[in-house]
Formats: sequence, structure tokens, C-alpha cells
Amino acid sequence: MAAPKIIVIGGGLAGLSAVIKIAEAGGNVDLFSIVPVKRSHSVCAQGGINAAKNLKGEGDTTWQHFDDTIYGGDFLANQTPVKGMCEAAPGIIDLLDRMGVPFNRTPEGLLDFRRFGGTLYHRTAFAGATTGQQLLYALDEQVRRHEAEGKVTKYEGWEFLSAVLDSKGVARGITAMNLRTMELRSFPADAIILATGGVGALFGKSTNSVVCTGSAQSAIFQQGAYYANGEFIQVHPTSIPGEDKLRLMSESARGEGGRVWVPRNPGDKRPVKQIPAAERFYFLEEWYPKYGNLVPRDVATRAIHKVVYELGLGIDGQPMVYLDLTHIDRATLDHKLGGILEIYEKFVGVDPHDEPMKIFPGMHYTMGGLWVDFDQMTNIPGIFAAGECEYQYHGANRLGANSLVSCIYGGFQAGPNALRYAKNLTAAEGDGGHAAELARQTEINNRLVRNDGNENPFRLWRELGQTMTEHATVTRYNKGLKVADQKIVELLDRYNKVNLSDRSQWANTSFAFARQLKNMLELSRTVVLGALQRDESRGAHYKPDFPERNDERFLKTSKASYTGSPEGPRIDYEDVDIQHIKPRPRRYDAAK
Amino acid sequence: MADRTVLFEIKRQASPDAPAVWEKFELPWRPGMNVISAMMEIAANPVTADGRETTPVTYDSNCLEEICGSCAMRINGKARMACSSLVDNLEQPIKVEPLTKFPLVRDLQVDRSVLFENLKAVKAWVPIDGTYDLGSGPRMFPQEQEVRYPLSNCISCTCCMEVCPQFNEATGFVGAATIAQVKLFNEHPSGKVLKEERLRALSGDGGIQECGYAQNCVEVCPKQLPLTDAISDISRDVLLQKAKDFLRG
Repeated sequence: MAAPKIIVIGGGLAGLSAVIKIAEAGGNVDLFSIVPVKRSHSVCAQGGINAAKNLKGEGDTTWQHFDDTIYGGDFLANQTPVKGMCEAAPGIIDLLDRMGVPFNRTPEGLLDFRRFGGTLYHRTAFAGATTGQQLLYALDEQVRRHEAEGKVTKYEGWEFLSAVLDSKGVARGITAMNLRTMELRSFPADAIILATGGVGALFGKSTNSVVCTGSAQSAIFQQGAYYANGEFIQVHPTSIPGEDKLRLMSESARGEGGRVWVPRNPGDKRPVKQIPAAERFYFLEEWYPKYGNLVPRDVATRAIHKVVYELGLGIDGQPMVYLDLTHIDRATLDHKLGGILEIYEKFVGVDPHDEPMKIFPGMHYTMGGLWVDFDQMTNIPGIFAAGECEYQYHGANRLGANSLVSCIYGGFQAGPNALRYAKNLTAAEGDGGHAAELARQTEINNRLVRNDGNENPFRLWRELGQTMTEHATVTRYNKGLKVADQKIVELLDRYNKVNLSDRSQWANTSFAFARQLKNMLELSRTVVLGALQRDESRGAHYKPDFPERNDERFLKTSKASYTGSPEGPRIDYEDVDIQHIKPRPRRYDAAK
Repeated sequence: MADRTVLFEIKRQASPDAPAVWEKFELPWRPGMNVISAMMEIAANPVTADGRETTPVTYDSNCLEEICGSCAMRINGKARMACSSLVDNLEQPIKVEPLTKFPLVRDLQVDRSVLFENLKAVKAWVPIDGTYDLGSGPRMFPQEQEVRYPLSNCISCTCCMEVCPQFNEATGFVGAATIAQVKLFNEHPSGKVLKEERLRALSGDGGIQECGYAQNCVEVCPKQLPLTDAISDISRDVLLQKAKDFLRG
């Protein structure tokens, strides 16, 4: 029998991890990616990757890592997979080190570790402040090696459109579009793995890359896959607002001692460095003395919103607070944070060695994603998911530096599991549904190109982003969420009148974008309706009208399923696996 | 007072065979605006300065924070990243063109896959035994990390190749980025097991001997890679390797 064929969609850390495991086990992989995989969004991760290696004499353990992760996620994550991840993390760091990742070192030549949010241990390995870039490159290089040996075929510049399902609803391949020739094709596979990242584009501007539209997840959601915990959206406390995006300012800036503050006097007109310490309000340190500036992201973000919007203490009355590194010596900053300081200086024109940075929270990450079982398989047989596009490892709030480890661990699980599944798969009847799915996609494309309306897809997208950011990020009210859902329904209707100003069939970016937009709109409803129905506050999901966590009703995974009806997705609830750690109140003003 | 605007001239080409045309755009100025946000504005409102309807501009981009290497183009004649090109720092009209040394796809989009092929040719990887748990990696001192890390910051933008007078079809030169990666992997304790193969890959036509030491690469690199140092070091190593291979017969 020929080796099973696995298709991996997405070439970030999760996708590449899956590819490497499959190639190593003798499977045959086709790797699809919109961009050359080396340019995937994982490259943006800055601060580091968590593993309880305990190299600082603090008595850190994988159990502590597990407990911090579950507690940080406000007990919403299923515990068994998170436990597995934390136990595997030290081995993953060793592997990355062997692959040549230039991690920072101690004088003795060992790996160096820094502090990060939501823990009191030095648990974060790092390569300057470009850890994601260094990790992505290491995996990219290993995949290039397998590619050179003929075990991997890359389809870069192809966008996934849908899964091909047979008459029994089993995955038999995918359809994809070539973004240069606009050719539409179906590709056979015995199993497919989605590793398609985040959904930042639902919010217009975010810290995510351009390709993070959630389009692929949405496509298979509309084909019957559950989308879980979609309402849990992480807003990173420190980003640099920009015209085109919100640029991330890594949590590692605080991990290395950066302090967040505002002038106590809102009208303070003195130059920032002349404001004496006593007249600076280090609000995170005052409110959270144990964790200080390293509280988890949801906590820090809400604190900054409170300071700006309730206390009226934003710098110069603007939605901005200071992130101050100027008390740390230049050599240490350059050695440990060089990459991000350079970004700030390039884009803002101010040197953060000399002057505090001005930052504000920005949409950053989705804890929710495709529902998967403990083998990383969605409810559609043969479709697996790994990385940010699935929901499994972060509960209601992700801790900093846990995303890189969850991507790699998830990929390492999904790859071998998909291969095992594929080896036991019986042959499809007929063509496995390929002709029908290709025809369906061709029809969607034809309709879009012929459409003669008056709506510009990029402008519709801006409206979506505005409404999602206003109603579905840091602070949520049911009234606002209903407004947002109505707005999305309106946009879906106006989408039917999209007019492509470009109808050509060569490298037509408007065409590809318009296809993504439809999927973004559908997926946005799961975020908004999931939030509407969850009448409690948990992790990143905060409703002032329901300020407490309500375990009795909502210690549950939400599972959205597509209905195709105007009412939108149906949301069901599933119990959370809490067999290892009993849920307890989550607070960061004292040690847990 | 009239609202401030920004003037752009963008070189458009519908396909590799189509004629190139310049289109002018006048866009509303915004604080902190970069070249990418101008492209986004054009996509939302694809109309030229003289009021003619046009199409959104095709260009590569992804992270928009100068780390993915996608959006390299020529801006006011200089090869650079569009995301970190702030409008306020540029003379107007801002002239935007595609890179010239790579096959054109459409508008500002070019095909830079040659770099990834080069990386394959020089085996730019550490040939690990496998991904199963084999314990810690090799010990490495901070001084060694400090040599490797800057080289590992290469974002594959290809600006160094664009500005290199020797990077052209006649020479087949691999360019500075690939040479820097050879140094990166030859410096690694287990990566160096392939050192000889890498040096041999750089010793023939299109290899390191094509470098004319114009030093444009190091000046243009947005990540300040020590490219000329890497070229000097690898040149020496290639010569030594050639001598060794000659003596070995």
C-alpha cells in the first residue's frame, strides 16, 4: 500500500511541526500556505517559549507550569491535554536547541530563562526578543531538508478554500486556489491538518499578520465543524497603535523589568522624565503587589482601560499609558530586547532607551478555535487542527509564551495522529466528493466575479473591524453584542452586492480578499453570539453586568455549530475536564 | 485649511507581459502613515489622482512589522520594506516600484523563490538525528550565541540581492543572504558537520567568488546583518576548502 497522503494547511509553527513528524514517520505530506512558509505569522512572536526546565534554582516543575496555565486560563481549558503539553515542554526546548535556535545563554553556556506574565518563575526561554522568528526558521529549515529529500511538497501561494467530504462526511481532500493564476483545484488526501492561525482580521486592526483572517477555520465551520470558545479573545495590554495595524510590544519588556505607569496628575505638562517617582502612578504594582507588571494579559488590559476610561488618567487625555524601560542599562536592553526596541524606534521615531514608550491594548490572540478531541481531530473525521486555530490549550486566557509551546506540541500531536488515522482509513466510494466540491467552489467564484453591486469589500471589512473592536473586545455588554450581531447580519447582506473593482484572473488580491471576507463575517457571529450567551466574567471575557465567574452555569466549553439560518450559529455547552486541579477563585493581588 | 494629502506614484503592470504604467494617487494624510497603509487606502477606494477608477494594487505583505520580509519594494529608488517606510520621512511624490532583479508577477509583486532554492543548495539546516527526545542541545557560550543570533535575524527580504551589482543572470551569484546563512550553520556545533558540503556549494560558478565587494548589501539590509563580515569569513573558508580538496586529490 502506498504511504498515506496528509495535507497540512498553514506553515507556521504548528503546521511545520506536524509536517516534520509526518515526514519523519515516512508519511507523504503536501504543505499548503498562502505565503512562503518562512513568512508565516509565527515569525511575529517575540518574548519567548515556556518550559519548566528549572535552571534557576527556583524549584519550578511541569506541574507548576500546568497549574499556572490552568489558573491563568480561569479553569476553562480541558486539563488533560494542557498537562501533556506542560510535561512535553522541556523536551521541546531541548529539541529546538538541537535544531540550532540561537537561544540566549547563561555565562556557563546553558539556556537563559526570563520572567513572563502569570507566573512567579523564570520559565521562558528566549532568543533576544525575536523568539518566534528564530523558532519558525528552525522548523522551516528542517522542513526544507525534508523537502530537498522529496518527502514534502510545498504549495506556497495557494489558499485553502474548503474540505472535500465524501458521502459519509469523511474528509477526502481539499480545494484550494492558486493566488497567482487563480486556478481552482481539488487535492486528494487521507487526512488533513488545519494549522491556519488566528483571526485578528475580524477586528480590523490587531497585532496579527495580514493572513490571519480565520477564513480556513470558518470554511470548515460552515461545512459542519464545531467552533469552540470563540468568545475568548485576548487583547494584549501593550501594543503600538498604527494606521495599518497594532504592533505588538512584547510582554518580555515587562519580564525584563519594564514598568507601566501614568502621571498621577492627568494634566501634567512636564516632560515625561521630569515627573518625579512620587507623582507617577505605577498602577499594576499598586493593585497587584505580588505579580506587579506581570499579571496575566486580561488583567493588565482591564487595568489599563480602567486607568484611561474610568480614572481619566491616559497620557495627555489620550488612550495611552507609559511602558518604561529607561531605568534599565542599555547593554542589557540591547542584549535581551533589541528586536522590539528597534521596532518601536522605527515606527514611532522615539528611542525607548531614552524615553518611555506609549502603548495601549490591542487585539492579539484567539483562545477559541476549532473544537478538537484529545487527538487534535475535529468532529469531521479526517480533519485535524493544531495551533491558534484550535481551542484546546489556553482556556479563557492564554499566558504569555505559552502559544509557541502549544503550537509545536499541538503539531507534534496532530501529525502522528493524522498519520495513524489515515493508515486505517478505508477507500472512498466513487471520487470521494471531489467533483461536487470543486463545482461548488467554482460556482462561488463565478458568482463573485460576475457580481454587479456597489459594495467595496475592503470598506465592508473596515466596518466589521470597527463593530467587533467596539463591542466584542475588552468590555462586553449584551446590548452592544446584539448591536454587533445585527451589524454583521447587515454586512452579510451587503456582501451579496460586493463589486470587485478588479475582475482579472491573475494575482487578483481583491478576489481572494472577498472570499476571505465572507468567511470572516460568518466566523464573527460565533464570537459575538458566544459572548452574548455567556452571562459571566471569566478570563478575557468580561461583562460588567455579570462581573463574577459562574462555574455552575458556565464552567463549560461553548461549541458553535453552523446552521445557515438567519439566527446564526447554534451554541451548545460541553463539560470541561477538571480531573486534575479543582477550580478555585482566580486572583492576582496575592500569591495563588 | 485644506486637509493634508500625500502624493504617490505607483508603477503598475497587470501581468509579466503587460506594459508598465505609472498611476498617481492623492491620499488623505494620517499621522504615522506608512506605505502599506497607503496601499490599503487605495484598495478601499481605488481611484487615481485624476479621478479614474482603477484596481487595488497587488503587493506582498504580511506581518507589517518588518519581521516577515514580505513587503520589499523600491521606494523613491531605494530597496526597502514598505511597512517600515513612514510617509513623513519620504520625499513626495513617493515613487513605488517593484524590485527589479526578480521575475515580476503583477504590480509590486515579484517572485523571490530563488532565495529559498539557494538555501536548499547550501543545506542551510542543522541535520538533527530526529525529533525524539535526545536530551539537551550542545552547550554554547553567550559569545557564540552573539555571533549566530544577528545572522539568524535575516528576514529573506532579498534587498541585499536587489542592490548587488553582481546578482544577475550572467553571474548566477547566490547573493549575500545565502552566504550569511552558510556562516550561521557552519558556526553551529552540530551544524558544522555539513560545513565542507556548504563551502563546496559556494565554490563554483555563482558562488562566493562572484562577489565584487561593492558592499551595497550591508548598507541596505533592514536588519543590519553583518553581511560583509560573513562574506569575508566564508570566502576564506571556501579558499581553504578548495586547497584541502586539491591536496586530497
